[in-house]
Amino acid sequence: MLTLTSPVETPWHRVAAGWKLAVLAAVTAGLFALRDPAGLGLALVAVGGAYAAGGLVFLRHGVAMLRPLWPFLLLLAVWHLWSGEVREGVVIGLRLVTAVAAANLVTMTTRLSDMVAVMERVLAPLGRLGVPVGRVALGLALAVRFVPVMLERAGAVREAWRARSPRRPGWRVMVPVTLAALDDAERVAEALRARGGAG
Amino acid sequence: MERSLTHVALFAALVAVLGLVPAVTLPGGVPVTAQSLGIMLCGTVLGARRGALAVLLFLALVAMGLPLLSGGRGGLGVFFGPSVGFLIGFPVAAFVAGLVMERWRAPVGWAAAAGALLGGIVVLYPLGAAGWALMLGKTMAEVQVFLLGFLPGDLVKVVLAGLITRGLAQMRPGSLLSRA
Repeated sequence: MLTLTSPVETPWHRVAAGWKLAVLAAVTAGLFALRDPAGLGLALVAVGGAYAAGGLVFLRHGVAMLRPLWPFLLLLAVWHLWSGEVREGVVIGLRLVTAVAAANLVTMTTRLSDMVAVMERVLAPLGRLGVPVGRVALGLALAVRFVPVMLERAGAVREAWRARSPRRPGWRVMVPVTLAALDDAERVAEALRARGGAG
Repeated sequence: MERSLTHVALFAALVAVLGLVPAVTLPGGVPVTAQSLGIMLCGTVLGARRGALAVLLFLALVAMGLPLLSGGRGGLGVFFGPSVGFLIGFPVAAFVAGLVMERWRAPVGWAAAAGALLGGIVVLYPLGAAGWALMLGKTMAEVQVFLLGFLPGDLVKVVLAGLITRGLAQMRPGSLLSRA
């Protein structure tokens, strides 16, 4: 399945996932402590520079990942121009963009398998406290495997609806799609039991 | 035990799929995804504990970098954005919806709609607004007006959660783990 990991190889791809996550946590904590527009501007330039180290295509991809923030930035701009607290608005906006861009950078340069490995390492000590680590891992794998399966089935149900009705497939297709998920869950549970259970 | 696990995993996948497929098309032709409806269904179909676990599993997939949030969003960035309150509220909403379903022995459709209303709006909205307030540097009073924009769509989803859960109970009696 498609992940958000960038196919463009950057130097950051070679850094261990655990380190990237630790640095991200520190950077984000720092961003929320900073209250000065110049400092936050510098931080944004630094994050932008980290993207640029991956090349122009990578940088452009990173900017595209920030698109969901535009409505919020627009709202901030209107709000703070109206109230006159422009400096406050610049601080909030810069912090928001920088924090999200830094987090996206980690996502874009870390493979799914490395993320799973970090998660397993973090969960391992919890195993002694009674968290069923093996079952969490199995659940993650099952969910990842079944997203494309269910996507395909949702498509088939919508096609079938279109073949029978001139109207758009509305909420009614949700019942067969959800029902199929319930039936799949029963069948997969039986298959797991037949192979010795989920542990 | 295997049943619990597979239901949790497949409903996590269902929430993802509902975010990718346009389910409701508004009169203007604007497609609205049914991801938040999927969150409500996790609670009403699986019950409080399993429903919340399914949503947590879904959020884990998003955090690990899969673009499964509606609009193809995902990765660690969304947890540092303005909508983080809603993400934290999702498992809580599913839990509350499931709790209503388990405790209130009304007819399935009514209990599911009540659970979806309580979890998906009454509990979720304050958490979502708190996230906005924190990330955008505003007070709760200043941001709460923006919740009104979501209310009509979410009220429709509450009704749909009731209808869909009832439909499932009719077609597969005993399939609702929340009423098992």
